[in-house]
Amino acid sequence: MMNRREFCKKAMVMAGGLALPLSAFELFDPKSLHAEKNDKSNTRWVFLVDTHKCVGCGFCVKSCKTENEVPYDANVTRTWVERYVITKDGNTYIDSPKGARDGFTTTKIDQQHEGMKDINNEDITKAFFVPKLCNQCDKPSCVQVCPVGATYRTADGVVLIDRKWCIGCGYCVQNCPYGARFFHPVYHVTDKCNFCYHRITKGMKTACVDACPFGARQIGNLKDQNDPVTKIIMTDRVNVLKEEYGNKPQAFYLGLSKEVK
Amino acid sequence: MKNHVWRPLYVAICIVGIVLIARAILVPKDYGTHEQGYMYGTHRQGNVEEWKAVTVKYKTSEACKDCHGDKYADIKGGAHAVIGCENCHGALMEHPENPPKLSIDRSRSLCLRCHSKLPYSASGRGSIPGIDPEKHNTDSECVMCHSPHKPVIPGSENPKPEVKK
Amino acid sequence: MVHGELWTIKEFFTYPNEYIYWPITIVMYPFVTGLVAGAFVLSSLYHVFGVKQLKDIARFSLVFSFALLPVAMMPLLLHLSQPFRGIEVMLTPHFTSAIAAFGVVFSTYGMIVASELWFVYRKHFVLKSLELKEKTNRSGLDSIFYLLFSALTLGAYDISEHALEKDEKAVGKLAAIGIPVACFLHGYVGFIFGSVKSNALWTTPLMPVIFLCSAVVSGVALCIVTYVITVGLRKLLYIRKRTQHPDSPTDESVKDVDLSEIKITTKYLVMFLILAFTLEFIDLIFRVYTGIKSWDILQVVIFKRDFVKVFILQYGIGNILPFILLLLPGLTVKRALLASALVLYGVFMMRWNVVIGGQAFSSSFSGFMEYHMPILPVSLDALKEGLIGTIAVIVTPYVLFFGLNKIMPVFGQTDSH
Repeated sequence: MMNRREFCKKAMVMAGGLALPLSAFELFDPKSLHAEKNDKSNTRWVFLVDTHKCVGCGFCVKSCKTENEVPYDANVTRTWVERYVITKDGNTYIDSPKGARDGFTTTKIDQQHEGMKDINNEDITKAFFVPKLCNQCDKPSCVQVCPVGATYRTADGVVLIDRKWCIGCGYCVQNCPYGARFFHPVYHVTDKCNFCYHRITKGMKTACVDACPFGARQIGNLKDQNDPVTKIIMTDRVNVLKEEYGNKPQAFYLGLSKEVK
Repeated sequence: MKNHVWRPLYVAICIVGIVLIARAILVPKDYGTHEQGYMYGTHRQGNVEEWKAVTVKYKTSEACKDCHGDKYADIKGGAHAVIGCENCHGALMEHPENPPKLSIDRSRSLCLRCHSKLPYSASGRGSIPGIDPEKHNTDSECVMCHSPHKPVIPGSENPKPEVKK
Repeated sequence: MVHGELWTIKEFFTYPNEYIYWPITIVMYPFVTGLVAGAFVLSSLYHVFGVKQLKDIARFSLVFSFALLPVAMMPLLLHLSQPFRGIEVMLTPHFTSAIAAFGVVFSTYGMIVASELWFVYRKHFVLKSLELKEKTNRSGLDSIFYLLFSALTLGAYDISEHALEKDEKAVGKLAAIGIPVACFLHGYVGFIFGSVKSNALWTTPLMPVIFLCSAVVSGVALCIVTYVITVGLRKLLYIRKRTQHPDSPTDESVKDVDLSEIKITTKYLVMFLILAFTLEFIDLIFRVYTGIKSWDILQVVIFKRDFVKVFILQYGIGNILPFILLLLPGLTVKRALLASALVLYGVFMMRWNVVIGGQAFSSSFSGFMEYHMPILPVSLDALKEGLIGTIAVIVTPYVLFFGLNKIMPVFGQTDSH
């Protein structure tokens, strides 16, 4: 049985000990977090891809590499185009040679180490192109797992990477379901599409949107009711990639066929 | 606490202290939780401006119009109107200061991006006129016979692409 | 070549940016932290649960656990493409990331092991310090050791019975606190993988537990292997010295490996082996049974492409064979040694099959990636994350242990703990 003095001493130690971890909850108070998130920004960037219009010319990939200084010959890219060829026997052939940097100039499917696959035109039931880029997710799993806070989401909805802070662990690359991230061969930190942040914040469009001759790519502001992109997203039948992961991607697709990975 | 048993704890506390001091010195002042909360918004605030300051390389065809009005009118009047000048000639950058001349890409591979025939009816590609690159004049550049700025004269009775004699 | 391109072969369709970004270094990291955690748990079996027969191996595994700790950091530093910024994990940890736990867990565990070692060896530090103080003709090396041992006493020179009893109590408490921390040191690594929802192979809540069990297994097995080899080597060198110089002094501490200690240790090894195997088996059964979208490509990886690595090397040679060897009657030291070595190999293959296996298929579920570890250092990447880096990681704990043994000798101690 302890006396009153001992009890008081132990109670104070316990209270002090509890205060320390409880104070951590301050950092994570859901209400204050929500208040911060109800952002004052009047811009929320979204992307719209129309896969019917994409012809696989690859001008988007070429201009992105130049605009964003990703070495032209390096086998990494901030954006790319995938080709899907579905044949009568139910097979789906997919390729993206050099990310479609040079476009698609042959009917043969590039299966990388497995070689080039000849497809007879008569066997094709459907074929199309799907441009892809970073989805600037609303709940980016890549940002969640950065151990040092080198990648983050801005108030206007773009996920950026701090080149001076990234330690190059690659956890974010592993956590992206879409394959949007890679290691930059010059800066030796991670890199990815950032909606040409230096352009959109100046009232310009992204390099890929400007480059696309067919209007397959568009960028818009979801908070602007009159934005044509916003109107399409709100009224037309749009889809997103890999919704089941819960990342809430902000790149919307028209004509997203079930074969698309 | 006179008990020697606590000495390693003092050492541990000193080490933690050193780490906290290192943090105060080495971590930039603008690092912290900003908009978007702790999970998605913890970063070095100064980085946002660093990204905004990246140089713009592509300036769109509108920037070419003033000095190259004739070529601009040519291309805008034909089937290639939708193709930006910089798609084939490279980024404007600070032209005409730097670079003084933009490149003129005369290779087959440039045209084949769209005009290598791929019979994909579900895609816009299927309706672009094209050729088989392995069969059609394989030893020549496309521009030897075809004009990239004036590929088709709109409204003409001859719907075929203009072929130079 | 971009990072990862050198050692990745891509087949069919993979996203353009997909490469094997987490190669051999990331296989080594959980392996080494597993050894650290397991060695500590083994040592705690003596200090906390009072399994008296494990006294010698307990002391050994505590020191070895400490020698392994800096080695655990090596594969990470070799992997980071900005290793000099590695300190940021300590300075600005982003705790929504499992990797951020590294700084806190690693330091806490390091301080606990260091403290426990201090209590175990305090008497030795005091005696050595006093002995070198008395010594009249100190050499240069002696002076350095004198300073070192004096500093290591932390000014606590009281080695009376009463003080040593306090030490022993403290060791017990630290060993008890240390067990969950050691478990966390490796459990969090399992969480790093298990929480990656984008990877169809890694994502399972079982991952932290699987990693933990196989960590204990590997730690115990490593201690058996190293202990048996070290004791055997000591005896060999002693016999040779005595044969060449029959007048040299006898050393009572040199003896054969105590079979009873080995037998008890292998019992614990078998228990955790069963647990680890069961968990992995359950995970596989559930995947086969539920057959979700990713199963199409995963079953090709597990049952076709990696069949030999998974079922023959990891489960067969690395789990079932040592299991049989340890359960057959009449266990000898040699058989325990072989079984432990096979277990270590099995644990390594498990790390390989999880880390590399998880990157053997594309996130598009439509292609594969094959990993070829660089042998020759053709580039900085190939040096750091290839054979040379791996060898460095394997060799370093023994180098460190050799050095630590000079300060905290593992053999021939006759004190209370």
